[in-house]
Amino acid sequence: MIRILRQIFRTGIVTEPLPPEVEAEIRDIGSKLEESVRKRFSRSLTIRQVDAGSCNGCELEIHAINNPIYNCERFGIHFTASPRFADMLLVTGPVSVNMEVALRRTYNATPPPKLVVAVGDCGCNGGIFGETYASLGGIDKVIPVDAVIPGCPPTPVALLNGILRAIGGK
Amino acid sequence: MSILKSAIISSLGTDATFEGRNYPGSVDYCTAPRGKFADAARAMKKVHALLVAEWATDETPFGRGFGVFACYRWGPEYLIVKTALPADDPIFPSISDKFVPASRFERQMKSLMGVVPVGHSDTRPWIKFEDWPEDAWPLRKSFDASKKMARVDGRYKWIRAAGEGVYEIPVGPVHAGIIEPGHFRFQAVGEDIINLEERLGYVHKGIEKRFESLSWHDGARLAGRVSGDTTVAHSLAYCMALESMTGCAVPPRAQWLRALFLERERIANHLGDIGAICNDAAFALMLYQMMRLKEMLLRTNHKLFGHRFIMDRTIPGGVSADIDTEGTGSILAEMDALLKEFERLVVIYDENSSLEDRVRETGILIPDKARQLCVVGIVARGSGLNLDCRTQNPFPPYDRLNVKAPVLISGDVHARAWVRVEEVRESIRIIREILEGLPSGETTSETVIPAPDTSGFSAVEGWRGEIVYWLQAGPMGEVNRCMVRDPSSVNWLGLEQAVHGNIVPDFPVCNKSFNASYSGNDL
Repeated sequence: MIRILRQIFRTGIVTEPLPPEVEAEIRDIGSKLEESVRKRFSRSLTIRQVDAGSCNGCELEIHAINNPIYNCERFGIHFTASPRFADMLLVTGPVSVNMEVALRRTYNATPPPKLVVAVGDCGCNGGIFGETYASLGGIDKVIPVDAVIPGCPPTPVALLNGILRAIGGK
Repeated sequence: MSILKSAIISSLGTDATFEGRNYPGSVDYCTAPRGKFADAARAMKKVHALLVAEWATDETPFGRGFGVFACYRWGPEYLIVKTALPADDPIFPSISDKFVPASRFERQMKSLMGVVPVGHSDTRPWIKFEDWPEDAWPLRKSFDASKKMARVDGRYKWIRAAGEGVYEIPVGPVHAGIIEPGHFRFQAVGEDIINLEERLGYVHKGIEKRFESLSWHDGARLAGRVSGDTTVAHSLAYCMALESMTGCAVPPRAQWLRALFLERERIANHLGDIGAICNDAAFALMLYQMMRLKEMLLRTNHKLFGHRFIMDRTIPGGVSADIDTEGTGSILAEMDALLKEFERLVVIYDENSSLEDRVRETGILIPDKARQLCVVGIVARGSGLNLDCRTQNPFPPYDRLNVKAPVLISGDVHARAWVRVEEVRESIRIIREILEGLPSGETTSETVIPAPDTSGFSAVEGWRGEIVYWLQAGPMGEVNRCMVRDPSSVNWLGLEQAVHGNIVPDFPVCNKSFNASYSGNDL
């Protein structure tokens, strides 16, 4: 136990402020954002992540925004196990033919008002997998998309920025 | 002569022919008549070889029918047996009664290529879903991959268990966490799992077919996205198979840098996994501590190589990123810091009795079963099988690094976690050695297009285990077939067996200790 406590105190708080350009951008949408999060999400945004066919690269970075360094919970963002509690679907792609039905069902299970953010180059337009017999392409081919976060995979900062922009813009 | 080759010759005699332009030369490659395909498997079983992969090709562009291939491994040896099938009669003898993983490989071959294994007891499709048209065989040349498929009605036949108190728990495809989709169906009595059936294929993106429409060079990018967490190892395996076909001599510096990328990928993923295993046993401290260390590595990757996962830096002919003395210094300093922090956390893991209670004797895959299932990598090494391409088929620079692969025999969650712990330590040592011995010189060399009707094979030890690529050049020197075998294709079988008799709440920790890739399996 003493080792655990020592490790905790030695590590301290490692959460970092976001890079200045991102901070500035968040400030830019600040007032709008605060109003929108307060009004629509009671200052807490609950996300359901859906992998609709990704290579799992995007998932690694979505995990990373939960690590103590990016610590997305400080913005009131947290991930939920059920779409029934979600305000936002964070969807990685491309949408595989075999995931199409599951993605639609997840979308329908999410109560309105809901936001859909397509993550990664493949989520935006199918990326290197394109549109084939097995890949339908971007998320917007299957469900309505409100915002996109390109990148292969998008960095944690790009993800946070994209999520904050998505709720600020609505 | 190699053990596998002499076993084939003594069993098949002159029926087996060893010829053709197949690379590298160190892999034995034989052609057997269709009627002898199962005999070859029996001969391989007799000398205790393991099945690596089984796949099919459409060779109509060469004016032939289909090809069916089985690849076997024994110690450092690989042997590929090919048999030809006429286009109008694509059936072959199943080897699933001799090698368990063949059952899934053959279901997949039947589903995607339309070649039928005779004697296979499971006629259900695999990867192909019930709502695909029955005659949709995407890997056939006659299949137009750019067209959307029609949907049909169909129902998947699950394995059922019945009896007093038996109930089912269907899970997925959309899971509770931030993970990939797949379906698990448990049959349980009370808390005890009596059977688990996996159903995968949800993230099938048509990768193998996609390779055929890309240039050889772009194929390396696609290989880097077969399973994002293993981007370095997949690109590397693809490039090595291609380079073996073209006789491309990769500059020594590039080879050493590739090993550096590979070991950094191994450490980053192992750190994440050790943390996640502990987290699934409700010990969150470890997850956050390990994620912090992982993030440190990813940031260094980004700073030095321009990508957090070193994606697209392994290219045919070499690497597209280099390192200077300052970079070398920063990695060495990082390794020192990492090892110090890591050892502290390992002590916490080791001394925590409540954690021990969850990970020891949980999810046991006994060595006998591991061997039957032909599992690879961390799963194999946690269950007593000493399999590691870095020690058994060391490509440069591993032939000079003297890698020590840890092997444990208990086969439980702890064994698979501890294999990772030992490997992190070993990879830190390897990285130091790489940086000290890094040769100077070029980082890329000229690449050419392979000659028509040649094939190339490679096996690379990714962080999960052995990744296998087999490439075949078509009549114009284009990609005719790219076979990908992620370690997950066999290791998923291990999970089904390991959870028997465990309680349902222990499934997440068992699953995490295997951490098989869905994308790498579904392709």
